[in-house]
Amino acid sequence: MKNIITLLAGLIFGLGLIISGMTNPAKVIGFLDIAGLWDPSLVFVMLGGISIALIGFKLVQNKSQTVFDDPIHLPGKTHISKELVIGSLLFGAGWALAGFCPGPALVALGAGYKEAFIFVIAMIVGIYIHDRVLKTCKGK
Amino acid sequence: MRYDYLKELSMHLTINWPNFTLYASLLGGMLIGLAASILVIFRGKIAGISGILAGLMETENTSQDHHRWRALFLIGLIGSSFIYQLFAPLPEINISASKSTLMIAGLLVGIGTRMGSGCTSGHGICGLSRLSPRSLVATITFMFAGFVVCYLFLHAS
Repeated sequence: MKNIITLLAGLIFGLGLIISGMTNPAKVIGFLDIAGLWDPSLVFVMLGGISIALIGFKLVQNKSQTVFDDPIHLPGKTHISKELVIGSLLFGAGWALAGFCPGPALVALGAGYKEAFIFVIAMIVGIYIHDRVLKTCKGK
Repeated sequence: MRYDYLKELSMHLTINWPNFTLYASLLGGMLIGLAASILVIFRGKIAGISGILAGLMETENTSQDHHRWRALFLIGLIGSSFIYQLFAPLPEINISASKSTLMIAGLLVGIGTRMGSGCTSGHGICGLSRLSPRSLVATITFMFAGFVVCYLFLHAS
């Protein structure tokens, strides 16, 4: 049951990305390009998402376990570090160059676009570089 | 000076009405919010795609469930195109970036989301829904970088 729900959550997330138009990099760049013809659609994707997720997170606010007795672990909200800002700058730069962020890139990969495949492989290499190479160097 | 810049920007901000999909984007966004709610209510997890993908690549964590829920969620996500096209033709996807741009962009997104602990879903949807100041800073920062880099890439050359 738990597994089916998790699979469905991924599926609904992907369908939401497709319906909202966010799997199309041209549309995302249309939002980021404020100096060109501006497409405000992405603002409404976020508003729609937040309006529902607000309720979801409100429901688990004071809970420490799910209905399946799994712990609810939520990340801290207040720690603002140099890494948070630099990382977000790098992410925003990459996002604007291709028009892909991780979710839409994976959906486009599933739709069979080879450009999405190239992006996802590079993204996995990037994750690997950060989590293995950079962290190991820092740890020493 | 700053005021003039903002005034100028607002005067030049021209909305692309034919491409603007208010209702589809709102509906799609609500489905994303629903998926994030389901994941936190039934699994106690944050629907942050970059974090889920990175967690899947961890080899030190041997807990079976650690990998299982991530794999299942991503299978659902990647399989969504297949399910969608059973009911309607998939909307078009236009990718103008060259191969090398895609590679650089992917690397930046991979490193950046890990360093910044999240992307558009984890910070932008989930974090903002939790009223997290940390996620607000991250979201403003990556949006800002997105606007600047987009401008440099499309208009400065």
